[in-house]
Amino acid sequence: MTLTVDIERRLGSFRLKTAFSAGEGVTVLFGRSGAGKTSVINAIAGILRPDSGCIVVNGSVLFDSTRGIDVPTPRRRVGYVFQEARLFPHLSVRGNLRYARLFSRAHEAPGHFDHVVELLGLAQLLDRRPGNLSGGEKQRVAIGRALLSEPRLLLLDEPLASLDTHRRSEILQYIELLRDEVKIPILYVSHAVEEVVRLADTVVLMSAGEAVATGAAEEIMGRSDLRGASRPFEGGAVIDARVVAQDLEHDLATLAFDGGTLTVPNVDALIGEPVRVRVRARDVSIALERPQRVSIQNILGGRIIEIGPERGGIVDVSIAVGSTTLRSRVTLRAARQLELAAGTAVYALVKAVSLTRAGPGPA
Amino acid sequence: MLPTLEELQILGLSLKVAVWSVLVSLPFAVAAAYSLARTNFPGKTLFDAAVHLPLVLPPVVVGYFLLLLFGRRGPVGVLLEEWFGVVVMFKWTGAALAAGVMGFPLMVRAVRLSFEAIDRRLEAAASTLGAGRFAVFATVTLPLALPGIFTGMLLSFARGLGEFGATITFVSNIPGETRTLPLAIYTYTQVPGGDEPALRLSLLAVALSLAALFVSEVMVRRATRRIMGDDADGRH
Repeated sequence: MTLTVDIERRLGSFRLKTAFSAGEGVTVLFGRSGAGKTSVINAIAGILRPDSGCIVVNGSVLFDSTRGIDVPTPRRRVGYVFQEARLFPHLSVRGNLRYARLFSRAHEAPGHFDHVVELLGLAQLLDRRPGNLSGGEKQRVAIGRALLSEPRLLLLDEPLASLDTHRRSEILQYIELLRDEVKIPILYVSHAVEEVVRLADTVVLMSAGEAVATGAAEEIMGRSDLRGASRPFEGGAVIDARVVAQDLEHDLATLAFDGGTLTVPNVDALIGEPVRVRVRARDVSIALERPQRVSIQNILGGRIIEIGPERGGIVDVSIAVGSTTLRSRVTLRAARQLELAAGTAVYALVKAVSLTRAGPGPA
Repeated sequence: MLPTLEELQILGLSLKVAVWSVLVSLPFAVAAAYSLARTNFPGKTLFDAAVHLPLVLPPVVVGYFLLLLFGRRGPVGVLLEEWFGVVVMFKWTGAALAAGVMGFPLMVRAVRLSFEAIDRRLEAAASTLGAGRFAVFATVTLPLALPGIFTGMLLSFARGLGEFGATITFVSNIPGETRTLPLAIYTYTQVPGGDEPALRLSLLAVALSLAALFVSEVMVRRATRRIMGDDADGRH
């Protein structure tokens, strides 16, 4: 499956000019509020009409200004989960879930409804009315409703925005389940780094109406030159690893990645399971020699690739550890005292690792 | 003091006229309300004014216009008779027409308000789920507008029950055919010894109006509960 978007649209003084392609799995449209993320998915859903350009999903053209193609929204078959659920208040949860069946002539696969209900934990809610549901429940129903319209593409527009922290992590788990269980590509709009790091296979970074970078999550989130556009994200590295050992007595797990191992507390995953971790630049210190008798558990040997430009007395240092690039944030003075330069062999002292998700989904 | 046979006939005729006037004008009122609430077209202001005319004109004037249009020699009356063999002059159907026209602006206003109150984002959501324009209207817009539609139906029904001026001008005051409750009461007050029957009919009118109010209140509440969720009552 592929999604190709290349559109242009003028909205007052704001100019949306976006081009990107996305493949399997979860693609996150990431950027600050007002970057044009929602406009992009509205254009894909046919709610917003671009001035020019084209939108192609899996070879079928949804919009092409040069050929005069503009498939109307109801026939685009994209499942859209809105920021504010938008459940039909006059229908029960079951009625909402069944809504798309009224219009699709295709035969529903037997058990599909039950499967979605089970996947999203909706069995208890079926006979209730949207007015009586909590925010998290509403959003789950909205996701189920979109799934049951048998879409070829699922669009999620900041589905966590209106939820409190607790509900957020609950819904995130369901979306992760979705990513792993349902083989529908997902386009996810977000301005929250945690969501990107946890869900994304591909990231499309948006800034001022433009897609400024597209690539694998690890790559985009680590690039320091994009920090301006992705400001909510603090520089750091995203690493896909696998659990190789567990120390139950100390509640520690050892994660192997391309470049070494990390020992991390509180990992809720079994040996052999893939995990994704994030190491923030400010949690990494640099030493020229391997320190002895130090509390830091994770010390990785590597070589400096480059030293970023100085900003307010601070520099970001990129360190190659195997094929993984770690980032370390140190003061300019420390960098000078240690005479850091590209090529210097160093030890990266990792003070904290945050586990962002268990199972990075389809590789 | 049970109603007499004659009083029951008057009551039955009034109900028949009012009910038919509501049912026949309903689809037109919904269409007019939808176009006023949701569309833009040249002459919209004029259309809006025309819909509201019966509300501001003296009812006798409306009745007179109906006479001009639907009378035996009126342009519409001629067509109706030629094509369908229908004559509304001096018939109860004419009384229903007059009642419908007088109640029309009330119905349109109530329905229009409820259309305007609907969250249009729900309609967009429906279209992403495969519903075309008509399907969106039938499955989302219309059900959500139901409380307003019921309110509009009641207002128009009440207006129809009380309709006097347009009716007497258009279809006259024929016993058993066009003599509805208000006309009957008026007739009694014009003859000696008519005070008692006039009072009895007036009390009947009060009872009827209360009953209509009650039924509509129940319907609106039900429809609102359907929309807002089961515990909507408990939240007030």
